[in-house]
Amino acid sequence: MKLVTFAGPPATGKTTVMTRILKEIMRDGSKVGACKFDCLQTEDDKTYSQAGIPSAKGLSSELCPDHYYITNIQTVYDWGKKEELDYLFTESAGLCNRCSPYIKNVLAVCVIDQLSGIRAPRKIGPLLKLADIVLITKGDIVSQAEREVFMRRVETSNPKALIFPVNGLTGQGISEITRAIRNMAMEREIENETLRFPMPMALCSYCLGETKIGTEYQIGNVKHIKI
Amino acid sequence: MLTIPLLQLEKDYPYLPYYLDDFEVIWDKEKSFSENLMELPDSFFEQRKMSRNEVEEEFSAYLRSASECLSEEIRSVGSITIIPGVGKDGASECFDPITIRKGEMIAIVGETGSGKSRLLEDIEWQALKDTPTQRTILIDGKNKEEWLKTGERRRSIAQLSQNMNFVLDMNVEEFLTMHAECFLRKEEIPGKVQKVYEVAVSLAGEPFSRDTAVTALSGGQSRALMIADCAYLSRAPIVLIDEIENAGIDRRKAMELLTGNDKIVLIATHDPILSLMSPKRIVIRNGRIDKIIHRDDQEAAVLLLAEKKDHELMTLRNRIRKGEHVSISEFE
Repeated sequence: MKLVTFAGPPATGKTTVMTRILKEIMRDGSKVGACKFDCLQTEDDKTYSQAGIPSAKGLSSELCPDHYYITNIQTVYDWGKKEELDYLFTESAGLCNRCSPYIKNVLAVCVIDQLSGIRAPRKIGPLLKLADIVLITKGDIVSQAEREVFMRRVETSNPKALIFPVNGLTGQGISEITRAIRNMAMEREIENETLRFPMPMALCSYCLGETKIGTEYQIGNVKHIKI
Repeated sequence: MLTIPLLQLEKDYPYLPYYLDDFEVIWDKEKSFSENLMELPDSFFEQRKMSRNEVEEEFSAYLRSASECLSEEIRSVGSITIIPGVGKDGASECFDPITIRKGEMIAIVGETGSGKSRLLEDIEWQALKDTPTQRTILIDGKNKEEWLKTGERRRSIAQLSQNMNFVLDMNVEEFLTMHAECFLRKEEIPGKVQKVYEVAVSLAGEPFSRDTAVTALSGGQSRALMIADCAYLSRAPIVLIDEIENAGIDRRKAMELLTGNDKIVLIATHDPILSLMSPKRIVIRNGRIDKIIHRDDQEAAVLLLAEKKDHELMTLRNRIRKGEHVSISEFE
Protein backbone atom coordinates (compact mmCIF):
# COMPACT_ATOMS: atom_id res chain seq x y z
CA MET A 1 0.00 0.00 0.00
CA LYS A 2 1.20 3.47 -0.87
CA LEU A 3 0.53 6.17 1.69
CA VAL A 4 0.22 9.82 0.63
CA THR A 5 -0.25 12.62 3.16
CA PHE A 6 -2.20 15.70 2.13
CA ALA A 7 -2.18 18.86 4.20
CA GLY A 8 -3.14 22.48 3.77
CA PRO A 9 -4.89 25.38 5.45
CA PRO A 10 -8.64 24.98 6.06
CA ALA A 11 -11.07 25.46 3.17
CA THR A 12 -8.50 25.32 0.39
CA GLY A 13 -10.29 22.48 -1.38
CA LYS A 14 -8.29 19.51 -0.13
CA THR A 15 -11.20 17.08 -0.02
CA THR A 16 -12.50 18.04 -3.47
CA VAL A 17 -9.09 17.70 -5.09
CA MET A 18 -8.29 14.45 -3.27
CA THR A 19 -11.62 12.91 -4.26
CA ARG A 20 -10.88 13.76 -7.90
CA ILE A 21 -7.41 12.24 -7.73
CA LEU A 22 -8.63 9.10 -5.97
CA LYS A 23 -11.35 8.62 -8.59
CA GLU A 24 -8.74 8.99 -11.31
CA ILE A 25 -6.54 6.37 -9.63
CA MET A 26 -9.52 4.01 -9.29
CA ARG A 27 -10.01 3.99 -13.05
CA ASP A 28 -7.43 1.26 -13.55
CA GLY A 29 -9.00 -0.89 -10.83
CA SER A 30 -6.69 0.18 -7.98
CA LYS A 31 -8.27 0.14 -4.51
CA VAL A 32 -8.12 3.48 -2.76
CA GLY A 33 -9.12 4.88 0.63
CA ALA A 34 -8.97 8.13 2.57
CA CYS A 35 -8.73 9.23 6.17
CA LYS A 36 -9.61 12.72 7.32
CA PHE A 37 -8.11 14.20 10.48
CA ASP A 38 -9.89 17.20 11.87
CA CYS A 39 -10.53 19.03 15.13
CA LEU A 40 -14.18 19.33 16.01
CA GLN A 41 -16.31 17.97 13.25
CA THR A 42 -16.12 16.90 9.64
CA GLU A 43 -18.55 15.81 6.95
CA ASP A 44 -15.77 14.99 4.56
CA ASP A 45 -15.97 11.24 5.16
CA LYS A 46 -19.45 11.43 3.60
CA THR A 47 -17.99 13.13 0.52
CA TYR A 48 -15.65 10.18 0.16
CA SER A 49 -18.29 7.53 0.67
CA GLN A 50 -20.54 9.23 -1.88
CA ALA A 51 -17.72 8.84 -4.35
CA GLY A 52 -17.47 5.15 -3.47
CA ILE A 53 -14.21 5.60 -1.59
CA PRO A 54 -13.82 3.75 1.75
CA SER A 55 -12.95 6.30 4.42
CA ALA A 56 -12.11 6.78 8.06
CA LYS A 57 -12.14 9.90 10.19
CA GLY A 58 -10.40 11.05 13.34
CA LEU A 59 -11.41 14.01 15.46
CA SER A 60 -8.83 15.33 17.90
CA SER A 61 -11.39 17.42 19.85
CA GLU A 62 -9.62 18.70 23.02
CA LEU A 63 -6.15 17.59 21.87
CA CYS A 64 -3.71 19.23 19.50
CA PRO A 65 -4.75 17.93 16.05
CA ASP A 66 -1.19 17.38 14.87
CA HIS A 67 -0.18 15.40 17.95
CA TYR A 68 -3.37 13.40 17.56
CA TYR A 69 -2.50 12.78 13.92
CA ILE A 70 0.96 11.42 14.53
CA THR A 71 -0.25 9.27 17.43
CA ASN A 72 -2.82 7.61 15.22
CA ILE A 73 -1.19 7.39 11.82
CA GLN A 74 -0.02 3.82 12.42
CA THR A 75 -3.58 2.70 13.28
CA VAL A 76 -4.88 4.35 10.13
CA TYR A 77 -2.13 2.73 8.12
CA ASP A 78 -3.08 -0.67 9.53
CA TRP A 79 -6.72 -0.03 8.66
CA GLY A 80 -5.71 0.68 5.07
CA LYS A 81 -3.73 -2.55 4.94
CA LYS A 82 -6.66 -4.52 6.31
CA GLU A 83 -8.90 -3.01 3.62
CA GLU A 84 -6.26 -4.15 1.10
CA LEU A 85 -5.90 -0.67 -0.36
CA ASP A 86 -3.36 0.15 -3.05
CA TYR A 87 -3.40 3.83 -2.14
CA LEU A 88 -4.27 5.47 1.17
CA PHE A 89 -4.56 9.26 1.34
CA THR A 90 -4.62 11.09 4.65
CA GLU A 91 -5.90 14.61 4.94
CA SER A 92 -5.24 17.12 7.68
CA ALA A 93 -5.66 20.86 8.08
CA GLY A 94 -2.65 22.89 9.14
CA LEU A 95 -4.59 24.95 11.57
CA CYS A 96 -1.97 27.21 13.12
CA ASN A 97 0.47 26.97 10.19
CA ARG A 98 3.15 25.90 12.63
CA CYS A 99 3.25 22.18 11.93
CA SER A 100 3.40 19.87 9.03
CA PRO A 101 2.20 16.29 9.21
CA TYR A 102 4.76 15.07 6.68
CA ILE A 103 6.74 11.93 7.30
CA LYS A 104 10.15 11.17 5.84
CA ASN A 105 9.94 8.80 2.85
CA VAL A 106 6.16 9.26 2.59
CA LEU A 107 4.90 11.40 -0.28
CA ALA A 108 3.75 14.79 1.03
CA VAL A 109 1.28 16.96 -0.85
CA CYS A 110 0.36 20.51 0.18
CA VAL A 111 -2.85 22.16 -1.04
CA ILE A 112 -3.02 25.94 -0.87
CA ASP A 113 -5.40 28.37 -2.49
CA GLN A 114 -4.73 31.34 -4.63
CA LEU A 115 -7.12 33.50 -2.59
CA SER A 116 -5.14 33.20 0.61
CA GLY A 117 -3.09 36.19 -0.49
CA ILE A 118 0.35 36.78 -1.86
CA ARG A 119 2.04 36.54 1.52
CA ALA A 120 0.52 33.18 2.31
CA PRO A 121 3.37 31.09 0.88
CA ARG A 122 5.64 32.66 3.50
CA LYS A 123 3.19 32.42 6.36
CA ILE A 124 2.39 28.78 5.87
CA GLY A 125 5.84 27.56 6.86
CA PRO A 126 6.83 23.88 6.97
CA LEU A 127 3.45 22.81 5.61
CA LEU A 128 4.52 24.31 2.29
CA LYS A 129 8.29 24.25 2.56
CA LEU A 130 8.59 20.54 3.24
CA ALA A 131 6.04 19.25 0.73
CA ASP A 132 7.08 17.21 -2.32
CA ILE A 133 4.14 18.36 -4.41
CA VAL A 134 2.25 21.65 -4.07
CA LEU A 135 -1.23 22.06 -5.54
CA ILE A 136 -2.62 25.55 -6.05
CA THR A 137 -6.42 25.79 -6.12
CA LYS A 138 -8.89 28.55 -7.03
CA GLY A 139 -6.67 30.08 -9.70
CA ASP A 140 -9.63 30.38 -12.07
CA ILE A 141 -11.05 33.44 -10.38
CA VAL A 142 -7.98 35.66 -10.19
CA SER A 143 -5.93 37.40 -12.87
CA GLN A 144 -3.15 35.76 -14.85
CA ALA A 145 -0.64 38.11 -13.21
CA GLU A 146 -1.69 37.00 -9.74
CA ARG A 147 -1.42 33.35 -10.75
CA GLU A 148 2.09 33.88 -12.05
CA VAL A 149 3.24 35.84 -9.02
CA PHE A 150 1.76 33.30 -6.63
CA MET A 151 3.48 30.48 -8.48
CA ARG A 152 6.78 32.32 -8.17
CA ARG A 153 6.30 32.85 -4.45
CA VAL A 154 5.57 29.19 -3.95
CA GLU A 155 8.71 28.28 -5.92
CA THR A 156 10.65 30.69 -3.74
CA SER A 157 9.40 29.09 -0.54
CA ASN A 158 9.91 25.58 -1.79
CA PRO A 159 12.33 25.41 -4.73
CA LYS A 160 12.33 21.61 -4.77
CA ALA A 161 8.61 20.86 -5.04
CA LEU A 162 6.63 20.00 -8.14
CA ILE A 163 3.95 22.66 -8.41
CA PHE A 164 0.62 22.23 -10.19
CA PRO A 165 -2.32 24.56 -10.58
CA VAL A 166 -5.56 22.62 -10.18
CA ASN A 167 -9.24 23.30 -10.52
CA GLY A 168 -11.12 21.07 -8.09
CA LEU A 169 -14.48 21.93 -9.65
CA THR A 170 -13.74 21.16 -13.30
CA GLY A 171 -10.94 18.67 -12.70
CA GLN A 172 -8.41 20.59 -14.76
CA GLY A 173 -4.92 19.46 -13.84
CA ILE A 174 -6.02 16.25 -12.11
CA SER A 175 -4.60 13.78 -14.63
CA GLU A 176 -1.10 15.32 -14.53
CA ILE A 177 -1.16 15.37 -10.73
CA THR A 178 -2.35 11.78 -10.57
CA ARG A 179 0.49 10.77 -12.84
CA ALA A 180 3.02 12.51 -10.58
CA ILE A 181 1.57 10.88 -7.46
CA ARG A 182 1.66 7.42 -9.05
CA ASN A 183 5.31 7.96 -9.96
CA MET A 184 6.41 9.35 -6.62
CA ALA A 185 4.45 7.44 -3.96
CA MET A 186 6.39 4.60 -2.37
CA GLU A 187 5.36 1.23 -1.02
CA ARG A 188 6.68 1.35 2.52
CA GLU A 189 5.95 0.47 6.14
CA ILE A 190 5.74 3.55 8.33
CA GLU A 191 6.65 2.15 11.72
CA ASN A 192 9.85 3.84 12.96
CA GLU A 193 9.72 6.51 10.26
CA THR A 194 10.30 10.10 11.42
CA LEU A 195 8.39 13.34 11.07
CA ARG A 196 10.01 15.80 8.68
CA PHE A 197 9.55 18.65 11.13
CA PRO A 198 9.08 18.37 14.89
CA MET A 199 5.73 19.17 16.50
CA PRO A 200 5.62 22.17 18.83
CA MET A 201 6.60 21.67 22.44
CA ALA A 202 3.38 22.22 24.28
CA LEU A 203 3.81 21.63 27.94
CA CYS A 204 2.34 24.58 29.76
CA SER A 205 -0.49 24.87 32.26
CA TYR A 206 -2.97 25.71 29.48
CA CYS A 207 -2.21 22.36 27.83
CA LEU A 208 -3.38 20.82 31.06
CA GLY A 209 -6.70 22.60 31.06
CA GLU A 210 -5.89 25.90 32.83
CA THR A 211 -8.28 28.67 31.73
CA LYS A 212 -7.39 31.66 33.94
CA ILE A 213 -5.30 34.64 32.83
CA GLY A 214 -2.30 35.82 34.85
CA THR A 215 1.37 34.91 35.43
CA GLU A 216 0.57 32.96 38.58
CA TYR A 217 -1.43 30.44 36.51
CA GLN A 218 1.41 29.88 34.03
CA ILE A 219 3.60 26.87 34.62
CA GLY A 220 5.96 24.99 32.35
CA ASN A 221 7.15 25.84 28.84
CA VAL A 222 5.87 29.43 28.42
CA LYS A 223 7.24 32.18 26.21
CA HIS A 224 6.67 35.88 26.87
CA ILE A 225 6.06 38.53 24.24
CA LYS A 226 8.74 41.20 23.86
CA ILE A 227 7.35 44.65 23.07
CA MET B 1 27.20 33.02 -5.36
CA LEU B 2 27.69 32.20 -1.70
CA THR B 3 30.50 34.71 -1.34
CA ILE B 4 28.99 37.67 -3.24
CA PRO B 5 27.57 40.45 -1.04
CA LEU B 6 23.78 40.17 -0.89
CA LEU B 7 23.32 43.77 -1.97
CA GLN B 8 25.08 43.00 -5.22
CA LEU B 9 23.16 39.76 -5.79
CA GLU B 10 19.86 41.58 -5.36
CA LYS B 11 20.53 43.63 -8.47
CA ASP B 12 20.43 40.50 -10.59
CA TYR B 13 17.77 38.70 -8.62
CA PRO B 14 15.00 41.12 -7.64
CA TYR B 15 13.27 38.17 -6.03
CA LEU B 16 16.04 37.46 -3.55
CA PRO B 17 14.63 39.62 -0.72
CA TYR B 18 11.48 37.44 -0.68
CA TYR B 19 13.64 34.39 -0.26
CA LEU B 20 15.75 35.95 2.49
CA ASP B 21 12.71 37.32 4.32
CA ASP B 22 11.55 33.76 4.76
CA PHE B 23 14.29 33.11 7.31
CA GLU B 24 13.03 35.77 9.68
CA VAL B 25 16.50 36.96 10.61
CA ILE B 26 18.16 40.32 9.97
CA TRP B 27 20.60 40.07 7.08
CA ASP B 28 23.67 42.23 6.72
CA LYS B 29 23.34 42.99 3.03
CA GLU B 30 26.89 44.27 2.75
CA LYS B 31 28.03 40.73 3.48
CA SER B 32 27.65 37.50 1.57
CA PHE B 33 25.20 34.72 2.36
CA SER B 34 27.93 32.52 3.85
CA GLU B 35 29.32 35.32 5.99
CA ASN B 36 25.85 36.01 7.29
CA LEU B 37 25.35 32.34 8.13
CA MET B 38 28.59 32.32 10.15
CA GLU B 39 27.13 34.90 12.47
CA LEU B 40 23.86 33.09 13.11
CA PRO B 41 23.44 31.18 16.36
CA ASP B 42 23.18 27.38 16.38
CA SER B 43 19.52 27.71 17.30
CA PHE B 44 18.88 29.03 13.78
CA PHE B 45 19.94 25.71 12.30
CA GLU B 46 18.39 23.63 15.02
CA GLN B 47 15.02 25.27 14.47
CA ARG B 48 15.14 24.36 10.81
CA LYS B 49 16.56 20.90 11.31
CA MET B 50 19.14 21.78 8.68
CA SER B 51 22.91 22.00 8.81
CA ARG B 52 24.90 25.01 7.64
CA ASN B 53 25.78 23.09 4.50
CA GLU B 54 22.21 22.21 3.75
CA VAL B 55 21.12 25.83 4.10
CA GLU B 56 23.88 26.89 1.72
CA GLU B 57 22.97 24.15 -0.70
CA GLU B 58 19.33 25.22 -0.72
CA PHE B 59 20.38 28.82 -1.32
CA SER B 60 22.52 27.84 -4.30
CA ALA B 61 19.71 25.68 -5.70
CA TYR B 62 17.34 28.59 -5.36
CA LEU B 63 19.65 30.98 -7.19
CA ARG B 64 20.18 28.45 -9.94
CA SER B 65 16.47 28.08 -10.53
CA ALA B 66 16.02 31.85 -10.32
CA SER B 67 18.67 32.49 -12.94
CA GLU B 68 17.06 29.87 -15.17
CA CYS B 69 13.84 31.78 -14.90
CA LEU B 70 15.49 35.13 -15.66
CA SER B 71 17.61 34.01 -18.56
CA GLU B 72 14.89 31.93 -20.10
CA GLU B 73 13.98 33.31 -23.47
CA ILE B 74 10.30 33.86 -23.93
CA ARG B 75 9.70 30.53 -25.56
CA SER B 76 7.46 31.40 -28.42
CA VAL B 77 5.15 28.69 -29.59
CA GLY B 78 4.99 28.36 -33.36
CA SER B 79 1.59 26.75 -33.70
CA ILE B 80 -1.34 24.98 -32.09
CA THR B 81 -3.21 22.23 -33.94
CA ILE B 82 -6.69 20.97 -33.07
CA ILE B 83 -7.42 17.38 -34.15
CA PRO B 84 -11.08 16.28 -34.25
CA GLY B 85 -12.82 14.36 -31.47
CA VAL B 86 -16.51 13.78 -30.77
CA GLY B 87 -19.56 15.88 -29.81
CA LYS B 88 -21.82 15.58 -26.79
CA ASP B 89 -23.84 12.89 -28.57
CA GLY B 90 -20.72 10.90 -29.39
CA ALA B 91 -20.85 11.75 -33.11
CA SER B 92 -17.45 12.41 -34.67
CA GLU B 93 -16.35 15.87 -35.58
CA CYS B 94 -15.76 16.33 -39.30
CA PHE B 95 -13.12 18.92 -39.99
CA ASP B 96 -9.56 18.97 -41.19
CA PRO B 97 -7.14 19.62 -38.35
CA ILE B 98 -7.02 23.36 -37.60
CA THR B 99 -3.63 25.00 -37.14
CA ILE B 100 -3.26 28.44 -35.57
CA ARG B 101 0.14 30.09 -35.86
CA LYS B 102 2.16 32.56 -33.85
CA GLY B 103 0.70 36.06 -34.07
CA GLU B 104 -2.72 34.79 -35.16
CA MET B 105 -6.05 34.96 -33.43
CA ILE B 106 -9.02 32.72 -33.89
CA ALA B 107 -12.54 33.29 -32.62
CA ILE B 108 -14.73 30.54 -31.24
CA VAL B 109 -18.45 31.17 -31.60
CA GLY B 110 -21.58 29.26 -30.67
CA GLU B 111 -24.59 29.38 -28.38
CA THR B 112 -24.21 29.43 -24.61
CA GLY B 113 -23.50 25.90 -23.42
CA SER B 114 -22.46 24.71 -26.90
CA GLY B 115 -18.91 23.89 -25.80
CA LYS B 116 -16.78 26.97 -26.47
CA SER B 117 -15.19 26.95 -23.02
CA ARG B 118 -14.66 23.21 -23.33
CA LEU B 119 -12.49 23.80 -26.40
CA LEU B 120 -10.42 26.34 -24.48
CA GLU B 121 -10.05 23.81 -21.67
CA ASP B 122 -8.89 21.17 -24.16
CA ILE B 123 -6.14 23.53 -25.27
CA GLU B 124 -5.14 24.49 -21.74
CA TRP B 125 -5.00 20.82 -20.85
CA GLN B 126 -3.28 19.91 -24.10
CA ALA B 127 -5.87 17.22 -24.55
CA LEU B 128 -4.75 13.84 -25.79
CA LYS B 129 -8.06 12.00 -26.16
CA ASP B 130 -8.28 12.31 -22.37
CA THR B 131 -11.10 14.84 -22.13
CA PRO B 132 -14.83 14.36 -22.78
CA THR B 133 -14.38 15.69 -26.34
CA GLN B 134 -11.67 13.13 -27.21
CA ARG B 135 -9.82 15.85 -29.09
CA THR B 136 -6.05 16.02 -29.43
CA ILE B 137 -4.14 19.29 -29.24
CA LEU B 138 -0.66 19.56 -30.69
CA ILE B 139 1.75 22.33 -29.76
CA ASP B 140 4.42 22.80 -32.40
CA GLY B 141 3.32 19.48 -33.82
CA LYS B 142 3.89 17.52 -30.62
CA ASN B 143 1.27 16.10 -28.29
CA LYS B 144 1.38 16.16 -24.50
CA GLU B 145 3.19 12.82 -24.17
CA GLU B 146 5.86 13.84 -26.65
CA TRP B 147 6.40 17.10 -24.79
CA LEU B 148 6.74 15.26 -21.49
CA LYS B 149 9.46 13.11 -23.01
CA THR B 150 11.48 16.14 -24.08
CA GLY B 151 11.56 17.14 -20.41
CA GLU B 152 11.38 20.77 -21.45
CA ARG B 153 9.80 23.06 -18.89
CA ARG B 154 6.43 24.03 -20.18
CA ARG B 155 5.54 27.69 -20.31
CA SER B 156 2.14 28.29 -18.89
CA ILE B 157 -0.84 29.27 -20.95
CA ALA B 158 -2.36 32.61 -20.02
CA GLN B 159 -6.09 32.75 -19.44
CA LEU B 160 -8.42 35.65 -19.24
CA SER B 161 -12.11 35.45 -18.51
CA GLN B 162 -15.05 37.47 -17.33
CA ASN B 163 -14.88 35.62 -13.98
CA MET B 164 -11.33 36.67 -13.18
CA ASN B 165 -10.76 39.50 -10.78
CA PHE B 166 -7.92 41.16 -8.98
CA VAL B 167 -7.93 40.16 -5.33
CA LEU B 168 -4.78 41.79 -4.04
CA ASP B 169 -4.72 44.86 -1.88
CA MET B 170 -2.26 46.88 -3.98
CA ASN B 171 -2.23 49.78 -6.36
CA VAL B 172 -1.61 49.51 -10.10
CA GLU B 173 2.05 50.41 -9.88
CA GLU B 174 2.83 48.06 -6.99
CA PHE B 175 0.91 45.33 -8.73
CA LEU B 176 2.77 45.64 -12.02
CA THR B 177 6.12 45.96 -10.25
CA MET B 178 5.41 42.79 -8.32
CA HIS B 179 4.62 40.93 -11.54
CA ALA B 180 7.65 42.38 -13.35
CA GLU B 181 9.95 41.24 -10.51
CA CYS B 182 9.12 37.66 -11.44
CA PHE B 183 10.88 37.89 -14.79
CA LEU B 184 12.98 41.02 -15.11
CA ARG B 185 16.20 42.47 -13.81
CA LYS B 186 15.90 45.42 -11.48
CA GLU B 187 16.86 48.13 -13.94
CA GLU B 188 14.33 46.96 -16.53
CA ILE B 189 11.36 47.05 -14.18
CA PRO B 190 10.34 50.75 -13.98
CA GLY B 191 10.34 51.22 -17.77
CA LYS B 192 8.29 48.12 -18.37
CA VAL B 193 5.78 49.01 -15.65
CA GLN B 194 5.28 52.45 -17.21
CA LYS B 195 4.75 50.87 -20.64
CA VAL B 196 2.12 48.41 -19.41
CA TYR B 197 0.34 51.17 -17.51
CA GLU B 198 0.19 53.50 -20.54
CA VAL B 199 -1.08 50.77 -22.83
CA ALA B 200 -3.70 49.70 -20.28
CA VAL B 201 -5.03 53.26 -20.07
CA SER B 202 -5.18 53.55 -23.83
CA LEU B 203 -7.19 50.31 -24.05
CA ALA B 204 -9.54 51.18 -21.23
CA GLY B 205 -10.93 54.37 -22.69
CA GLU B 206 -11.35 55.71 -19.17
CA PRO B 207 -8.09 56.90 -17.64
CA PHE B 208 -6.95 55.74 -14.20
CA SER B 209 -3.93 56.66 -12.13
CA ARG B 210 -0.99 54.48 -11.16
CA ASP B 211 -1.98 54.64 -7.52
CA THR B 212 -5.52 53.33 -7.99
CA ALA B 213 -6.06 50.11 -6.03
CA VAL B 214 -6.40 47.26 -8.53
CA THR B 215 -9.58 46.13 -6.80
CA ALA B 216 -11.10 49.60 -7.34
CA LEU B 217 -10.70 49.53 -11.14
CA SER B 218 -13.87 49.34 -13.23
CA GLY B 219 -14.64 46.19 -15.22
CA GLY B 220 -13.21 47.76 -18.37
CA GLN B 221 -10.13 49.14 -16.67
CA SER B 222 -9.25 45.85 -15.03
CA ARG B 223 -9.74 43.89 -18.29
CA ALA B 224 -7.52 46.48 -20.02
CA LEU B 225 -4.85 46.11 -17.36
CA MET B 226 -5.02 42.32 -17.58
CA ILE B 227 -4.60 42.40 -21.37
CA ALA B 228 -1.70 44.87 -21.32
CA ASP B 229 -0.06 42.85 -18.57
CA CYS B 230 -0.57 39.62 -20.57
CA ALA B 231 0.95 41.19 -23.68
CA TYR B 232 4.07 42.68 -22.10
CA LEU B 233 4.80 40.92 -18.82
CA SER B 234 3.40 37.42 -18.89
CA ARG B 235 5.67 35.04 -20.72
CA ALA B 236 2.92 32.69 -21.73
CA PRO B 237 2.97 32.34 -25.52
CA ILE B 238 -0.67 31.27 -25.74
CA VAL B 239 -3.57 33.38 -24.53
CA LEU B 240 -7.04 31.94 -24.04
CA ILE B 241 -9.82 34.48 -23.65
CA ASP B 242 -13.33 33.64 -22.55
CA GLU B 243 -15.90 36.39 -23.14
CA ILE B 244 -14.52 39.79 -22.31
CA GLU B 245 -16.69 41.79 -24.66
CA ASN B 246 -18.92 43.59 -22.21
CA ALA B 247 -16.09 45.51 -20.67
CA GLY B 248 -16.16 48.46 -23.08
CA ILE B 249 -12.48 48.31 -24.00
CA ASP B 250 -10.90 48.92 -27.38
CA ARG B 251 -11.20 45.37 -28.70
CA ARG B 252 -9.35 45.81 -31.96
CA LYS B 253 -6.39 47.41 -30.22
CA ALA B 254 -6.41 44.72 -27.55
CA MET B 255 -6.24 41.88 -30.08
CA GLU B 256 -3.59 43.63 -32.15
CA LEU B 257 -1.55 44.14 -29.03
CA LEU B 258 -1.60 40.46 -28.13
CA THR B 259 -1.01 39.09 -31.62
CA GLY B 260 1.60 41.80 -32.24
CA ASN B 261 3.56 40.34 -29.34
CA ASP B 262 3.69 36.99 -31.15
CA LYS B 263 1.05 35.39 -28.97
CA ILE B 264 -1.43 32.85 -30.23
CA VAL B 265 -4.86 34.10 -29.20
CA LEU B 266 -8.01 31.99 -28.99
CA ILE B 267 -11.10 33.84 -27.98
CA ALA B 268 -14.53 32.44 -27.16
CA THR B 269 -16.99 35.19 -27.84
CA HIS B 270 -20.52 36.33 -28.66
CA ASP B 271 -19.27 39.68 -29.90
CA PRO B 272 -19.75 40.34 -33.63
CA ILE B 273 -16.71 42.59 -33.92
CA LEU B 274 -14.30 40.22 -32.19
CA SER B 275 -15.70 37.31 -34.21
CA LEU B 276 -15.31 39.10 -37.53
CA MET B 277 -11.88 40.49 -36.66
CA SER B 278 -10.61 36.95 -36.68
CA PRO B 279 -9.67 35.76 -40.20
CA LYS B 280 -11.14 32.34 -39.36
CA ARG B 281 -13.70 31.41 -36.77
CA ILE B 282 -14.67 28.11 -35.28
CA VAL B 283 -18.38 27.46 -34.97
CA ILE B 284 -19.38 25.10 -32.18
CA ARG B 285 -22.71 23.32 -31.98
CA ASN B 286 -23.75 20.71 -29.43
CA GLY B 287 -20.18 20.14 -28.28
CA ARG B 288 -18.84 19.64 -31.81
CA ILE B 289 -16.74 21.87 -34.01
CA ASP B 290 -19.41 22.24 -36.66
CA LYS B 291 -17.51 24.30 -39.22
CA ILE B 292 -14.78 26.84 -39.78
CA ILE B 293 -15.78 30.05 -41.49
CA HIS B 294 -13.12 32.03 -43.35
CA ARG B 295 -13.77 35.74 -43.46
CA ASP B 296 -14.41 36.78 -47.07
CA ASP B 297 -14.76 40.22 -48.65
CA GLN B 298 -18.43 40.31 -47.74
CA GLU B 299 -17.67 39.73 -44.10
CA ALA B 300 -14.76 42.16 -44.12
CA ALA B 301 -17.19 44.83 -45.28
CA VAL B 302 -19.63 43.88 -42.53
CA LEU B 303 -16.80 44.19 -40.00
CA LEU B 304 -16.11 47.77 -41.12
CA LEU B 305 -19.79 48.62 -40.81
CA ALA B 306 -20.04 47.01 -37.38
CA GLU B 307 -17.01 48.93 -36.17
CA LYS B 308 -18.51 52.18 -37.42
CA LYS B 309 -21.78 51.51 -35.60
CA ASP B 310 -19.87 50.50 -32.53
CA HIS B 311 -17.89 53.71 -32.66
CA GLU B 312 -21.08 55.73 -32.88
CA LEU B 313 -22.47 53.94 -29.87
CA MET B 314 -19.27 54.51 -27.91
CA THR B 315 -19.37 58.20 -28.72
CA LEU B 316 -22.95 58.37 -27.57
CA ARG B 317 -22.05 56.56 -24.39
CA ASN B 318 -19.25 58.98 -23.62
CA ARG B 319 -21.42 62.00 -24.28
CA ILE B 320 -24.15 60.77 -22.01
CA ARG B 321 -21.57 59.98 -19.39
CA LYS B 322 -20.33 63.55 -19.59
CA GLY B 323 -23.84 64.83 -18.96
CA GLU B 324 -24.71 66.00 -22.48
CA HIS B 325 -28.21 66.19 -24.00
CA VAL B 326 -28.54 64.20 -27.25
CA SER B 327 -31.06 64.49 -30.07
CA ILE B 328 -32.33 62.25 -32.86
CA SER B 329 -31.39 64.71 -35.60
CA GLU B 330 -27.71 63.92 -35.07
CA PHE B 331 -28.33 60.37 -36.28
CA GLU B 332 -30.37 61.11 -39.39
